Amino acid sequence: MSVLINKETKVITQGITGATGLFHANGARDYGTQMVGGVTPGKGGTVIEGFPVFDTVRDAVEKTGATASVIYVPPPFAADSIMESVEAGIELVIAITEGIPVLDMVKVKQYLQGKKTRLIGPNCPGVITPGECKIGIMPGYIHKPGKVGVVSRSGTLTYEAVWQLTCLGLGQSTCVGIGGDPVNGTSHLDVLRMFEEDPDTEAVIMIGEIGGSAEEEAARFVKENMTKPVAGYIAGRTAPPGKRMGHAGAIIAGGKGTAAEKIAVLEECGISVAATPADMAQALMKIYRPK
Amino acid sequence: MNIHEYQAKAILRRFGVPVPDGHICYNGNSAREWAKRLGPGPWVVKAQIHAGGRGKGGGVKLAKTDDEVRTIARDMLGMTLRTHQTGPEGKVVTRVLVENGCAIARELYVSLVVDRASSKLSVMASTEGGMDIEEVAAATPEKIFIETIDPLVGLTQFQCRNIAFKLGLGGKLMPKAVKLLENLYATFLACDCSMLEINPLVVTTENDLLCLDAKFGFDDNAMFRHLQIADMRDYDEEDPNEVEASQHDLSYISLNGNIGCLVNGAGLAMATMDIVKHYGGDPANFLDVGGGATIERVTEAFKIILSDKNVRGILVNIFGGIMKCDVIATGVIEAAKQVSLNVPLVVRLEGTNVERGKELLAASGLNIIAADGMADAAQKIVQAVAA
Repeated sequence: MSVLINKETKVITQGITGATGLFHANGARDYGTQMVGGVTPGKGGTVIEGFPVFDTVRDAVEKTGATASVIYVPPPFAADSIMESVEAGIELVIAITEGIPVLDMVKVKQYLQGKKTRLIGPNCPGVITPGECKIGIMPGYIHKPGKVGVVSRSGTLTYEAVWQLTCLGLGQSTCVGIGGDPVNGTSHLDVLRMFEEDPDTEAVIMIGEIGGSAEEEAARFVKENMTKPVAGYIAGRTAPPGKRMGHAGAIIAGGKGTAAEKIAVLEECGISVAATPADMAQALMKIYRPK
Repeated sequence: MNIHEYQAKAILRRFGVPVPDGHICYNGNSAREWAKRLGPGPWVVKAQIHAGGRGKGGGVKLAKTDDEVRTIARDMLGMTLRTHQTGPEGKVVTRVLVENGCAIARELYVSLVVDRASSKLSVMASTEGGMDIEEVAAATPEKIFIETIDPLVGLTQFQCRNIAFKLGLGGKLMPKAVKLLENLYATFLACDCSMLEINPLVVTTENDLLCLDAKFGFDDNAMFRHLQIADMRDYDEEDPNEVEASQHDLSYISLNGNIGCLVNGAGLAMATMDIVKHYGGDPANFLDVGGGATIERVTEAFKIILSDKNVRGILVNIFGGIMKCDVIATGVIEAAKQVSLNVPLVVRLEGTNVERGKELLAASGLNIIAADGMADAAQKIVQAVAA
């Protein structure tokens, strides 16, 4: 078992005829994911490297039975693509695109209210259930099927945590990159709730960074509602205030959102916080004995 | 991206938000001429730099005669202004804003921000104008009023009235306040702001509303659809290395330490700085080469890191996902050829095509210290720089 995706998940790629979309659609198919087609408006009816291409998401869903969509559409058009998927009834939309204007995402977020779609991202590496289904840009081989859930705002830092786990012989149930933007579809808290409910996830690593207060909210959820051990890491202890550290969401504004504040709350809530990014798996091992 | 006060006021004026009449000047004589054209005085002369706290540093002065405007402008132009936001090195004033003064009855505060917790825009207002809003929030949170905006409906009139009443703007000021808030909201949307702050918003003794200072934060992600705003960028106000980096699509922020960092991914780049610090080193920069970096971009990244004279060593930390390790390795070798690399270089590679990347580096003949894992890499570069 796992959360969000498994070997049954059928996936379409929005932006399939772009270089990035096609490259990663192939990567996912090679991993074993059921990549059933793609969408590029105006190229419907063609086939690209074995993927049938459709003009609209609605067509693609009708013809392929896809329940998940992954978005590689460029930033000016990405918000529209997300909403197109929502309208077509896609259950899970994963937006990889980096650089979507914040005000576009404010609209999308409102549009999602009352709909059945879950959005992951944008500006994220995607989601992987090792050995079953990979949707996104992460290198597949670093993962190993197992029982540890990973949730993170950062792509490469997720790979770092996964690699540490794999090197210790600990596999992962599902790894979810929620993305580094200030307005995103799914929060740390949402994913923690899924991991808590998933019978095959035994422990969790949560990776956060400076900016906002989503990690603090998640930590309070851990304290009040979670029975499974959680380890954490917060990036940006040395980040100067007021500067955007690469991710649009990674900024200390008005003295708020610092790493020190977040780490204090995480520890207070019983999360084992790694002192350095090299110790994420070790921090988990301090409080978790695999069954 | 930030802009100057005079540019901010020009944008507000275009959207019908009341600001004092004024003009930007580059020398004393033109300052005096513009003062005479603007009104009978008094005038305010304001140094234009991208930093707050200008008043305390001597960058905002009142002039009663047009001769005084000229003298003040002459003194201000060319001076190095130091405020709590510029750092000890300060910033050189190259232009001043001359504007009509006004008689102030009350000072208020209004801003619009993207509220991350609710994923909506909010209007924030306070009766404590002219103060740092963070200080007001800490000391007297009851003096801050917030209205959260439904993105599909927009800022409503009743919300504007709520704010106006809380600020004590009744009677004739009420419709003016509603209009001002509506226009500020329109400005925010039309310009893709991340933040728009009016501090202070004043009530004049003639019972008018006027924005005496304005600060815009723009969403960098949206600048592709705001070329006019992008043109307002003042490169002199920014770190030259950061400007150079942005032209190569590199995300770079210069810091005060001596260990240059080249990393892929924003989170990993921050974490790399943290671990360098953890082992007693001091990072010279944040640098994310991005997922789709090419050999040219990696080479440029190296040049930028090395142009910082404080750099005594470089740490390359790559976890290849989209970024392939052999591309990074080729970039490192290429850069080392183009620039004379005379500081220690520690490289940690992991991920896609890692073996090929390590082979390339080993065969290059470069003096590279190879590392396994982040902790090992950080310790090695800290030792190498200390030696």
